[in-house]
This record gives sequence, structure tokens and C-alpha cells, in this order.
Amino acid sequence: MIWTKCCWPTLSESPDKVNLQMDNSRWQSGLLVTLRFLIGWHLLYEGIVKVLNPGWSAYAFLEGSQGFFAGVADWITSNQGILSVVDALNTWGLVAIGLALVLGLFTRPAAFAGATLLGLYYLFNPPFIGIVPTVPMEGSYLIVNKNLIEAVALLLIAVSPAARSFAVDALFVNRKDQ
Amino acid sequence: MTDKDKTIPKLSRRGLLRGLGSVPLLGAVGWAGMAASDKFSDKRETTRNALNINASAPPAVGSMSGDPIRVGIIGFGGRGHRLCMSLGFATDDWLERMSRAASNNPDDNRLADYLDQDDQNVRLVGVCDAFDVRAEEALESFNTETNKIKRYRTYEDMIASSEIDAVVIATPDHWHGPMAIAALEAGKHVYLEKPMTHNIEETYRLREAARNSKGVLMIGHHQRQTQSFLTAQDVIRKNVLGHISLVQVNTNRNKDTGAWQYPIHEKASPDTIDWQQFIGSAPMVPFNKEHFFRWRKWWAYGSGLSGDLLSHDYDRINCVLNMGIPDSVMSAGGIYTHRDGRNVPDVMQVSMDYSDPRNAPVQNGGIKQGMTVLYSATLGNGHTRPTLLMGHDGTMELDNRLRLFTDADSTKFAELIKAGTFEPDKPVFEYDPAAEGVDAFTSATTAYFANKGLLWTYRDGKRVDPTFLHLREWLSCIRNGGKPSCGIDEGFEEAITAHMAGLSYKMGKRIDWDPTMEELVPIPGYDLDEVLLANVERVA
Amino acid sequence: MPNKFERRTLLKAMAGVPVLGALGFETLRKLKYDAKNNPRKEIVRELGLDDLLSSVKPVTTNNGDLIRVGIVGFGVRGARLAKELGFMEKSRFERELAEEKETGGGPLKTKLERGNFNVSITGICDVFDLHAENGLVAARHDIFTGGDIAKANPVKRYTRYHDMLAEPSIDAIIIATPDHHHAQMTIDAINAGKHVYCEKAPVHREDEILPLYETVRNSDVVYQMGHQNPQNAVFQQARLILDRGLLGNISHIATTTNRNTRTGAWIRHKTGSGKIKPGDANSIDWKQWLGKAPQVPFSIERFYSWARFFEYDTGLYGQLFSHEFDAVNQLLDLGIPNTVSATGGQYFYKELGDMPDVLHTSFEYADKGTTLTYSANLTSSQSRPRTIYGRDASMTIGSDLTMTPDGSSERYAGLLEKGLADPSRPMLEILEGSDISSPIDAVTSASIKYYAARGLTRTFIDGTEWDVTQLHLKEWLDCIRFGGTPSANIEKAYEEAVVIAMADISYREQRRTSWDPVNKQIIRI
Repeated sequence: MIWTKCCWPTLSESPDKVNLQMDNSRWQSGLLVTLRFLIGWHLLYEGIVKVLNPGWSAYAFLEGSQGFFAGVADWITSNQGILSVVDALNTWGLVAIGLALVLGLFTRPAAFAGATLLGLYYLFNPPFIGIVPTVPMEGSYLIVNKNLIEAVALLLIAVSPAARSFAVDALFVNRKDQ
Repeated sequence: MTDKDKTIPKLSRRGLLRGLGSVPLLGAVGWAGMAASDKFSDKRETTRNALNINASAPPAVGSMSGDPIRVGIIGFGGRGHRLCMSLGFATDDWLERMSRAASNNPDDNRLADYLDQDDQNVRLVGVCDAFDVRAEEALESFNTETNKIKRYRTYEDMIASSEIDAVVIATPDHWHGPMAIAALEAGKHVYLEKPMTHNIEETYRLREAARNSKGVLMIGHHQRQTQSFLTAQDVIRKNVLGHISLVQVNTNRNKDTGAWQYPIHEKASPDTIDWQQFIGSAPMVPFNKEHFFRWRKWWAYGSGLSGDLLSHDYDRINCVLNMGIPDSVMSAGGIYTHRDGRNVPDVMQVSMDYSDPRNAPVQNGGIKQGMTVLYSATLGNGHTRPTLLMGHDGTMELDNRLRLFTDADSTKFAELIKAGTFEPDKPVFEYDPAAEGVDAFTSATTAYFANKGLLWTYRDGKRVDPTFLHLREWLSCIRNGGKPSCGIDEGFEEAITAHMAGLSYKMGKRIDWDPTMEELVPIPGYDLDEVLLANVERVA
Repeated sequence: MPNKFERRTLLKAMAGVPVLGALGFETLRKLKYDAKNNPRKEIVRELGLDDLLSSVKPVTTNNGDLIRVGIVGFGVRGARLAKELGFMEKSRFERELAEEKETGGGPLKTKLERGNFNVSITGICDVFDLHAENGLVAARHDIFTGGDIAKANPVKRYTRYHDMLAEPSIDAIIIATPDHHHAQMTIDAINAGKHVYCEKAPVHREDEILPLYETVRNSDVVYQMGHQNPQNAVFQQARLILDRGLLGNISHIATTTNRNTRTGAWIRHKTGSGKIKPGDANSIDWKQWLGKAPQVPFSIERFYSWARFFEYDTGLYGQLFSHEFDAVNQLLDLGIPNTVSATGGQYFYKELGDMPDVLHTSFEYADKGTTLTYSANLTSSQSRPRTIYGRDASMTIGSDLTMTPDGSSERYAGLLEKGLADPSRPMLEILEGSDISSPIDAVTSASIKYYAARGLTRTFIDGTEWDVTQLHLKEWLDCIRFGGTPSANIEKAYEEAVVIAMADISYREQRRTSWDPVNKQIIRI
């Protein structure tokens, strides 16, 4: 019942304060849920595109990897077997995480997993000074780029119970609590 | 071979290309191709200062008032129709067809453009054509209350008439010389379609006649009126491109009509066509409809790719670079696509070399001199190739639109390129007079001519017909005096060059020009005019 | 109360489902839209090119016995060829590998992984002590083992190439000298029983053509000319399209050269900072370098900038047009034209030798009904792509391949009418390694385009980036080991040699030349 406490006002508060609180957190939770839908949609679509395009491979992205993980990227790309596994993991990972986020199923682990995935994207090609992107990316970035932002947004979703309303998880939580 | 530079082209936002239609006479000037940065306006200043190009205004036209000039048209075929239209005389048939086209397609402005045309203050009082149907069409369409038009059976009659002030000649090539000479000697003004002449000897005679006549001679290279050419002239004056070593002009056409396979009129017969008149000085052959309507396919009447299309391209470049007659010409080619009995080539390469430093074209800062103008043509493919003027510091793409590119290895712009102000693969300057309008090309041939600046141009952002402008300039010179932009000197250069190209093709030899003697270097054992006029593809 | 609660809770919990539904719906819509507006799939099908991608042969890596190679001429090109076999100076290797890693990998990496062709360089022959020394250093360091190959097969310097040819343990010779030596050295090497990889052009003078041809034909060693560009994957795909006549009747093939630097114009005796490069009469065996060319006093300009002099080569024809001709000859089997006419001049670099800055040559194939042109300009780097103009479509071929329909084409009238194709842009564009059958291709095209832009010297096969010279050498080695005829073989060399001679004579004598196929003679018109 913890989630209800966050989002629904207690009757012991004064009416004004209650209204303010209610509006504020109403907006917050609403936006958190929306954020979850949006990021879920984004990751799921990315995954679908790769599923439909059997020729896709992370090879291009990994080849262009620079910075701390360049060595790991090299190891992956030099080994066809490992590359295939990575490709599959990425593709289906995106699908699974995206689906989970949109439906709100195992939201917390999914959000953490998504944050990790995006964090990896970030680390394999961080926009630091001295690193020239091998594949031109739209926009200008310095240290902070969209992957990092999205990863942190997922962390926010992971730790926000409010994000788990309008979610299939709610059914199980309810049951468990009852 | 070295690996290409490893840096990646920056993704940059394209500069403004669209024109400011409200700026009079300038059309659309674009400062494109600059890398995205906050210092956009700074860079524009730098570019402007670095290039200092002015999109020029066209030459002013003198007064057109006074009594109407009485014009006679000799040769009322395809081109003749067009010329009369630009004088303000469109046939009923054309008006009706355009009206129907406009109602089917609201974007079709051809009728509106015509009606919008300024009055040229001429009367079309005479028509001379060997084909009765054409002459009669002119009489029917152009005989009105204000305009009385008469048919003259022969061109001599028309030229001798006191009712004619000026003639427009749009006949097959082999008549151009004789008619123009006769008209000038009779003191008439002459607008002569290209190519100026059909053989070498009459080129000199025509020059004599023009110099001694009070008649104004204008050669029909109307693309000189195109806005982008005026701007191009400024680019050359300012030596933006550095030493220009190679100019490439092309013809790519793929339709049967593009290969001169014009329709044959159903009413054509020895009764309706004065065959003798048509043949003139060409070798007499029995009546032949193919020859009459598709005369361009034979050396006897036409001049093939070199006279018909190269002449236009040569003049376009000549008016920008002023290079004159080449020192030598080498042609090659063959009949590879339209093997239908013609004897003019349908694939042709003509290399016009300006190699003698004494005669080098005017190149600013020119310690280094020399240039080749290369004409490459095929009538078996319609893929457009741009006209390119390639200089050491930059390249100019010159069609109806003008684009300037700096060369990655330019010495003059090296600093600016290093600083990122100029990016070699993007135009640093773009002049697109059509930017405001939507141009619907109605056919591949139309697109071909439009790209050469031969179909329309823009004044005050308004689309106008360069043929109209060219005729207007001629008429203005008639009324007010002055030297026409494409007169005997320009025509002489074009004619000689075209003949050199044709000769080189037919003989398989290099043809040289002697500028001191002002004549073609003779080739022992050959009468050059005989070769040119021989109605065969090649001479042994 | 539990029921109402539960139903409302259930509905709320299922909020994600309609979102999912919306995504699914929109995705399907996009796929439909893309299929309509990304007509590549349909075009590919209509053109019957479903096998286009698979037409690129994979690179096999089966090696045989050790092949011992001797290199004659260790200048820039010689060093490059050694590198492509895996032999290069150690510090240079490390530096280039590091550079490559920075930009995400490349052919050097591929070489390390798959480029060991079981070859050793055991002979270096160069008239210039410095270059010979470079050769020895390179030969002693292979990138695979750091030098073990050379330890097992020591490399020796030969001051005269005849001595190297006499060495029985050398199996094959690579010739990378100035052109005027090519023919004689090839003939001598073949007569000595060695396989030959000879840089272009195959011969320098007209009278060398027949002896070269006959020598190679009467031998059983493998001869390969140094034309590596057709190893590019797109060439195989272009060949497929052309073999099927998809362009219609071809009336014109346009090849070009555009460059705008002094080194590009082969003025190469100075370094970037303007100093004269090393070498003098003591360190260079000038007499041997001249060979049969006219005896002139030692000249450092001639030594480095030899390509500009007609005594040593055929200028642009031998250096650059030869590549162009081989490319189109491999694609279209053009052979020898009926007539050739050439013209041009020195307009800009009026120093050092005879090489023109602007050159135009027309090769008329009257029997085939087509023209091949070569237009060269050494004073402008304006890009003019290699283009084939057909009645139905035009094709450009460089590091990528495009096919643009002609507005008047009857064959493609259907596609044009349906709006699937448009004459103002390509209807087929094959970039290196791109998968033309995928429905959603935005994923790969950005990176592929970038790699393609990096130069003609590389190609993508099976997602691996190879250097085309390396593949070309490999083709030669494979033929040596397993039999077969390489692509740039003696028949092609003969055709090319004749074509170049016809052009060379035409330019120098300012007259047309023609070919008499019966007597196999070049006629001056």
C-alpha cells in the first residue's frame, strides 16, 4: 500500500495543503508514467527494427567504439561467435525491456536493465574531448549525450513507485499486499 | 594512390538558397555551403569579401517607341513559330492548344506568360516558306485589322520589297548564308538563327556584307540574355576560379525528337512543297519528305551536332570567357543509336584546344595560359550533365542556375578552406533565378533547353523568354543604334569553330586555325568546303 | 468493494496495452509506407537483381605452400605492395595501427586477422641504396609474427635484377619500377620461370607488346597486372547489372581524372616543405635506372618525377588511364577500339617533362556502337564520376554504384509512371556492404556511407574491410597455388597495351590512330 500513500492525500492534512500536494504529485506521477511509456516505446521500436532487419549488426557501432571500452569492443568484433551473441542480446534485450516498460511488467528490473544497456551505449562511445565520433551523430555533445540522459531517466523510473501505476505489476502488487 | 583524408565531413546546415524575389534584377543569390556556427553572419561577410561577386543587371534596353518595325519571317517551321511568338505573333492553333493545356493543368503558365509579354512594336508583314501549309497558317493567324501579312514566294522577293524593314531567318542551315548576305546587301536588318553559316567561304562573305551594311545583324544565340550568364561574366572578371584549364559542355538527349526525328506533315507533297526552293545549293535529289522535315540529319542541309547544338554551347562559353576561335579542334564520334539512314553523328566528342599562349583566352593574372573546351554529346541518353568551368581555384557549374565551388586544393582559397569558411563539396555561391518559381518541365527536351538557359530566364524574379529578350535587343539596336551582343564578330567565331568541328569529324583529322592569316590551316589535297558539304558521314 | 476495486485496478494495470497497440499499428503503417516510398525492394525485384548481394564472392583464406617473393623497385608503390603482403617497418606498422584504431579499425586489422598469405620476401632489388634499405627493413618485419618469417627465410639485396632472377629459391617477382623497365623485366622473369605481378602499365612502347604477349602465353607461370580496383565489391555487382543489359544500348562511357596538386601531377622530387629528396649519383645506379632509355646525366628530378617524361612512361595513360581502362574492360569486355584520337596540352605545369595537364581522348568502338572517353585535368579536383550512359539508364561506379533511369526509357516506363523511379535521382544505390533487401535500412546506411567515403582503396566484403591491393595480390597468389587465371591477365594486358599505345601515339603525333585486327597493327591516319 506504500504507493497509494505517495499518491493519495491523507485526510488529516488541511484542505489547501492537501490540494496543492495532490496537484503536484498528480502531475509528477502522471509524467513519470508517461515517461515510462515513452522510453518503453522508444526501446521497443529500436528492438523491433533490428528484429525486422536481419542484416543488422552491432559491428558498425562497436568498430567505432572509442574510450574505455574500445578494447572490449575490439574483442567482441574480432570474434564472430561472440558478436552474434551480443547482437542477439542487444536486439532481444531491447524488445524485452521495451515491452516490459510499456506494459509495466517487472518494471523495476526492466528499468534497471534498460539503464544499464543505455549506460553501455554511452560508455562504448562517450562524447569526451579528444574523441571524434566515427559515425556522425545528430547534435553536439560534450560529456553529456542522449544515451546518458535516457539512462538516468530510466533510473528515475526504477526508483519511483509512482512510475509503476498504470502497470501490469499493479495487479501482482495488489494481490501480494492483500 | 593514397588513402583519402580520414576526417569526416562535418554535418552542416545548408545556407540560404532561396531568393529574395523582391530585390529587383537580382533574382536569388545564395550564400550556401557554410559550416554551422554562431558566426554565420561573420562568415557571410568573409565570403562576400573573398568573392566579391555581383549578380549583374542585364543591359538596359533603349526606347521601343516609334513606327512599328515591319518584319518578314523566312522559314516558318518549328523555330520560326517560336520566333514569331516572341515577336508577339502566336498562331491560333498554338493559342488554342495552350488554352486547353492551361485548363487541364493550372501550373501550366505558357499561355499566361505569352499574354503577359511586352509589346515588341513590330508588324509581321511577310512570310516566306517553301511549304504551303506553313505559309498559309501564318497568313490565317496573323492577318488581322492591325496587321496585314503577305506571302512571298521567294526570299528574293521579300528582300527586294520596300514594305519589309527586317527579316528573321529560320530556314535549314544551308540557306542561312545566302539569305543573310542578300538581305544585308539590300540594307535590311537581319535576325539569323544559328549556326550562322553552312560552309566556310560564305562565313567570310557574310562578314563582309555585315560590315558594309547599315542593317543590324543579330545571331540567334538567345542564351546570352540569361541572367546567370551575366553573373558568370562577373565571376570570370573577378578571377574567382583562377586559371581555367578545362570547360566541359554536354548534350544528352534520348528522345526521337531530340534526335531530329520530327513528324512529317500529312499534306506534304511535291504540290505543296517548292522542292527547288528547299534544295537551293544542296545537291539535287528527287522529292523526299524525310529530307524536308528532318533535314538536320544530313550534312547537305544541316550541320549535325556541331552546328546545331555545339554552336549554342560554344557561344554560351564564349560570351562568358571571350575565348574566340580555338587554335585546333579534334572531333570523334559515330552513329551509334539512331541508325536510320542519317549521315550526321549521334555521338560526338569535340575538343577545342586553346594551346597557343599568344592567343590564349583572357585569363587574369595569366602567366599560365591555355585551355580546352570539351563538348561531349550523345543522343542515346538523357542524363543531364552540368556545364563545368574547371579552374585551379574553383569550379563553376553554369546552367540556368549558377553554382560556384572552391577547389579543395586551391591555392587562393587555401586559408579560407582550412578555416572552414569554404567547404569544397558545397557551393560557396549559388545564383538560382528560378528559386521563387516552380518550373514544371513538360518534356525531357524542354528540360534540356531550360538547363542551357535557352528556354526562359528571370528578370525581376519574373520568368521571361530569352528569345523574347534577344529579339527585343535586336529591335532596340535597330531603333536606337548600338552593337548587338551577338553580332557578326560573335557569329563569325561560332561559325568557324562549328565548321572546324564538323571538318575534324568528317576527315578524322585535327583542324588548325591560323589567327594571323585569319583562316583555317589548309590540308593538302582537300578542299575544306567540299568536305564540309559532302553529303556523306566521312570522307576518305 | 473488492470487485469494483479490482476492475478499476485491472483497467489501470492494462494501460500499457493500448500503448503497445498504438506502437504496433504505427509500425505496420510505417512498414507499408516505407515499402511504397522506399521502392528499392520492388525495384530490385523488378530488375531481377535479388541475387545482387550474394553476387559478391566471399574471401577465402586457404593458403598453400610458402611462396618466396622478390621485389624489383622499392619506391612508394613497392613499399605499398610489401605492406599489403604483411611486411612493413615496425614503427610505421605500430603507428598506422594506432591511427586505424582511433577511427575504428580498418584494413590493417583485417590483415592481422586474415592477411597472412604464407608469403616471404626474400629478395629486394633497387638501384637506390636508400630504397633498397627500406625494402630490407620492411621484409624483415612481418606484422603477424614480428619477424619470424624473415628469420626462417632471410632476405637478400640484389644490385642487379638478373641476379635475383637467377636465384632458384625465389618463386615469384613483383615489379614496381618505372614503366620503361616493365616489359623487359617481365619477359626476363618469365623466362627464368618466375611468376610475375607487374605494376601498370604493362609496356612502355608499341614494340614491346607482342614480345610480352608471346612470352607470357608460351609460359605456364601466373601473370597479373597491378590493377586492383575491380577487387572492389561493387564491381562484381556492377558486372551483374551490365551483363543483364539493364542499362540498354550503351552509347558512351566516360572516364576521368581530376587532380589539383603538384604531387598529383607527378612533380615529386621535393618534400612537402620544399627540400629536394635524398639521392645522388653515388647512391643511385643511374645507368641501370636508365636502362634502354636515352643516356642523360644524373637528374634527381627525373629519378623521382619520371612519370612526367615520355622517355620513361606514357604519362597519364600509363599511370591513370590504365586503371580506368582496366576497370571498364573488366566490366564490359570492350577490347580494342577501331580508332583513337587524343588532344590536350601543358597549360599549367609547364615544367619538367612532357606530361600534359589537360588531356582528352576518344576511343571509338564503331563496331560495338559505343564511345569510350578519357578526360583528364591535373589542375582541378572537381569530381566527375566514372559513368556509363545507356539508352535506358546511366550508371556511375566508384566506391559505390548508382543506377539512374532515363526519363525516356521504355524499359523502365512502368517504374517511372508508378513514381517508384525518377530520372533526377538514382533508383538503385549500392554502397559498400549495404544490404539492399532490408526493409528498414536507416540503421546501417550512415556508417556504411562513411566507410565508403574513405576511399577507393578499401572495400567491404562479408562485413570485413579489406584493402583492394591486398585482395588483388591474393588473387595472384591463389592462382599460383591452386591454378586458374587471374583477372588482370595477359589477354587484358595485351588489349590495354594496344589501347594505350594507340592513345599515346595519337597524342604525341597529333593524329588519329586505328587498329587493324587482321594484321594486328596500329595504323596512323
